[in-house]
Amino acid sequence: MAELSSTLLYIAFIIYLIATLVFAMSLSDKKGKENKAAYTRRWGRVGYVLSILGFISQLGYFVTRWMASGHAPVSNLFEFTTFFGMMMVFAFILLYGIYKTNALGVFAMPIALLVIAYASMFPKDIAPLIPALQSDWLKIHVTTAALGEGILSISFVAGLIFLIRVVDQTSSTKKTKMLEIIMYLLLCVFGFIVVSAISAAAGYETSFNFTDKKEQKVELTYNVPALVGPPNGTQADDHFGPLVASPSWMNGEQAPRKFNTFIWSLLTGGVLYGIVRLILRKRIAAAIQPKLMNLKPELVDEISYRSVAIGFPVFTLGALIFAMIWAQEAWTRFWGWDPKEVWALITFLFYAAYLHFRLSRGWHGEKSAWLCVIGFVIIMFNLIAVNLVISGLHSYA
Amino acid sequence: MKTIKCECGHSNPFGTEICESCGKPLTNENSRELINMRYEGSAVRSQTYNKTIVDKIWNFFSSVKVGIWIIIVILIAAAIGTIFPQEMYIPPNVDPTTYYKEEYGTPGQIFYLLGFHNLYGSWWFLLLLAALGISLIIVSIDRGFPLYRALKYQRVTRHESFMKRQRLFAVSDTGISMDRVKRVLAKKHYRIKEDNGNILAEKNRFSRWGPYVNHAGLIIFLIGAMLRFFPGMYTDQTLWIREGETVAVPGTKTEDGQYYLKNHKFIMELYGKKDKEYSAALDKTGNPVPKNYQSNVTLYHAGPSDVVGAKPELKKERDARIKVNEPLSFNDFSLYQVDFKLNEFHRMNLKLENKKTGKSYGEIKVNLFNPKSTYDLGNGYKVEMVEYFPNFKLDENDQPTTENSVPDNPAFVFKMFTPETTKGETAFIGIRKNVEAADNKYKMSFSGIETKNVSALTVKKDNTLPIIIIGGIIFMLGVVQGLYWNHRRIWIQQRNGQLWIAAHTNKNWFGLKREMQNISEESGLVMPIDQSDEKSA
Ligand code: HEM
Repeated sequence: MAELSSTLLYIAFIIYLIATLVFAMSLSDKKGKENKAAYTRRWGRVGYVLSILGFISQLGYFVTRWMASGHAPVSNLFEFTTFFGMMMVFAFILLYGIYKTNALGVFAMPIALLVIAYASMFPKDIAPLIPALQSDWLKIHVTTAALGEGILSISFVAGLIFLIRVVDQTSSTKKTKMLEIIMYLLLCVFGFIVVSAISAAAGYETSFNFTDKKEQKVELTYNVPALVGPPNGTQADDHFGPLVASPSWMNGEQAPRKFNTFIWSLLTGGVLYGIVRLILRKRIAAAIQPKLMNLKPELVDEISYRSVAIGFPVFTLGALIFAMIWAQEAWTRFWGWDPKEVWALITFLFYAAYLHFRLSRGWHGEKSAWLCVIGFVIIMFNLIAVNLVISGLHSYA
Repeated sequence: MKTIKCECGHSNPFGTEICESCGKPLTNENSRELINMRYEGSAVRSQTYNKTIVDKIWNFFSSVKVGIWIIIVILIAAAIGTIFPQEMYIPPNVDPTTYYKEEYGTPGQIFYLLGFHNLYGSWWFLLLLAALGISLIIVSIDRGFPLYRALKYQRVTRHESFMKRQRLFAVSDTGISMDRVKRVLAKKHYRIKEDNGNILAEKNRFSRWGPYVNHAGLIIFLIGAMLRFFPGMYTDQTLWIREGETVAVPGTKTEDGQYYLKNHKFIMELYGKKDKEYSAALDKTGNPVPKNYQSNVTLYHAGPSDVVGAKPELKKERDARIKVNEPLSFNDFSLYQVDFKLNEFHRMNLKLENKKTGKSYGEIKVNLFNPKSTYDLGNGYKVEMVEYFPNFKLDENDQPTTENSVPDNPAFVFKMFTPETTKGETAFIGIRKNVEAADNKYKMSFSGIETKNVSALTVKKDNTLPIIIIGGIIFMLGVVQGLYWNHRRIWIQQRNGQLWIAAHTNKNWFGLKREMQNISEESGLVMPIDQSDEKSA
């Protein structure tokens, strides 16, 4: 069962990849005689059907893994992140169903792919549930929260499309730089996957002994060469040694190892970005922009807003209300200002502010798109960085 | 109060932007721009008066700009508060005045000095929450009443420029069947009002109340959260209870008596060989992974006792298993499994032995929670307990003392009497430290130990929960109501032999346009043009 499950996930991954390519192709303007609109519509439909097939395959992964493990597969970083990717695809399917905009697929699908590939870099073993996690609320809370975050992510995707479409690329400005930073960060995720995959293939390992914050001696095993070692650690082998020690205020579990991987991702992302720039000979956003000229910015703006309008209630229900019900049962209080809780609240407040900006201060279009970018950064921060920097009650993510 | 008289003869309250009766725009009348349909142009107090202090305070809190700032300041403060752990999450035995500086350096010290270490208990954070609540209340009144007025008294026939200045608008020649139009609109769930052959089709008006409902939910939620600080609404206590022990549950005493709890057994289970599906993960961590923490208990209740000090008469309420995620709830209270201690020393057995021959003259069993002062072994053999240190340590003058009354490290001073040593010999016995006179003939030696597990339960009462739950539900309903439905209106008017069509929605114009497209295909009505598109094009 567990094997079937991995196979299905693998198949889903491949189908998503093809769907991405099909969507990208549907925007290409090198078309001869055929009617442009009909061409776009036809290939858009193919991409959409593929996305749905991929989603069904991933759903198969989810169900079979649930059967194999005896609990909903949302209980460790691999499972949760994979599920988050799946919810992004689901949200995309939902919004494409309403707006039929192929550009959405060109961006949403690869970002979901990145998320799923990122997930697969974490240990994939089926793990047992500690008592605190043995609750029906685990699946209810985590799945709803991930769905909400998935839908909100589509508002980022649409916001990004909007910005690439409208930001003036004739000269270098603060805005074009910000856009390039977003592109670079997406490449960093890709860089993380590349580095991890190469190291895993080579079977690289190096380990450290050090004393952590709780005065416990721990052994840390890195799977990529150590640029950053643990504070006051000693390397147990003679592999390439750390250049610097990681900051001592990083409190999360295995923080130095994660920080090291993080640095690697930034470096590889930089190299990848450099290569892409060399090939394109212009800013990445500037290279994409011409493909989007057929899109009406108002429509993209509306998609972005609509995603928030749909995603905000779902997120609130899953990440705050269900979370509070569960916390009341498991931890005796519905709210305890645990960092992960606080960041869910911050996300909530941020999107509340977004809605008010839009409603009464008329922040439509570009400003609203930038806000969606920030919103996504907050979601990602809660997903990835909170457990790097801050240690809390949440056992993962 | 001043009023504004419209050319149609209607008197509108001061501050009105669109005549309540005929719909003629009252401000910048001759403009061709789209009219602002927020609050349907009714007079909103905060937009109208700004003279007295009350006006100013009112306007401050009803300003959405201020509201957004309050939200953002709370957001930023909360974010900063997560940089270092809150006071409640630092180790309990450290001094926060020095902890933050030592652990996190200067940034930590600044964090501490600014009060971020106890952010959620700080007066200024509570003040921010209060400001949020006040703002929500005032803004609801400020906008809610005008909105109610405007939505209630909607006229079908509207002024020419009201129609022209709607975002979706078109003019066509008449000649289509109005009956058919009405049928199509009705099929799309529009409610239709008619006046002189003019039509107002409207649906989902209730969604306009979404924000007010959700804000009301938030206000209730905030009130619920504040009520926690009132005495009697909230208890939170920890109860350590040993296996076999029966204790009064703290905080549960009322006029009708008190609850008691007996702990039969504490169980900790680990994942093991039998859990095959997890073997790969378990092998990898190498550490034991807990599977279950559980206390098997019986809950009792005892009525009020008249005699002080009399033993309470326990009436059994029920047996229960308290596990993590499965608290035991009774009345307003819940008992949660939160912690445990395995194998706490409970009873210690010692033998009285002759040092030279090793012959034993009997065993004493010391209950570490309630030791006896003399243990008679018969035949003239007797042991007296002179001193008992449940949790032994040496104080600063190297004198033996006890840290507390929990027998984690028991030590005793015994006096041993035998027929041979009738005056008694003294010995100090502790774990791995025995001190005795060299010429002692007898000694006490450990011969066994009995341990028990201890459960830690949290006793919780939170009478604010129902209010919080109601607030949460109302909030959710309001958000969904306001965001998943839109208030759509279509005006169709006969004018000089032409048919005028205008449509408005409070959000989701894409959806409205698609619906209009459908309606026009089915009814022959002309499709209105999006005038905001024309402008941007
Ligand atoms: C955490 C706090 C808050 C939350 C979660 C919240 C939530 C919402 C939501 C979901 C909407 C509907 C938005 C839409 O339909 O696009 C809304 C509307 C609104 N909110 Fe808030 N809100 C909050 C605080 C405030 C505050 C402090 C103010 C005060 C100044 C305020 C003023 C308004 C106004 C004026 C509207 C529009 C009402 C209308 O359209 O008639 N909100 N709010």
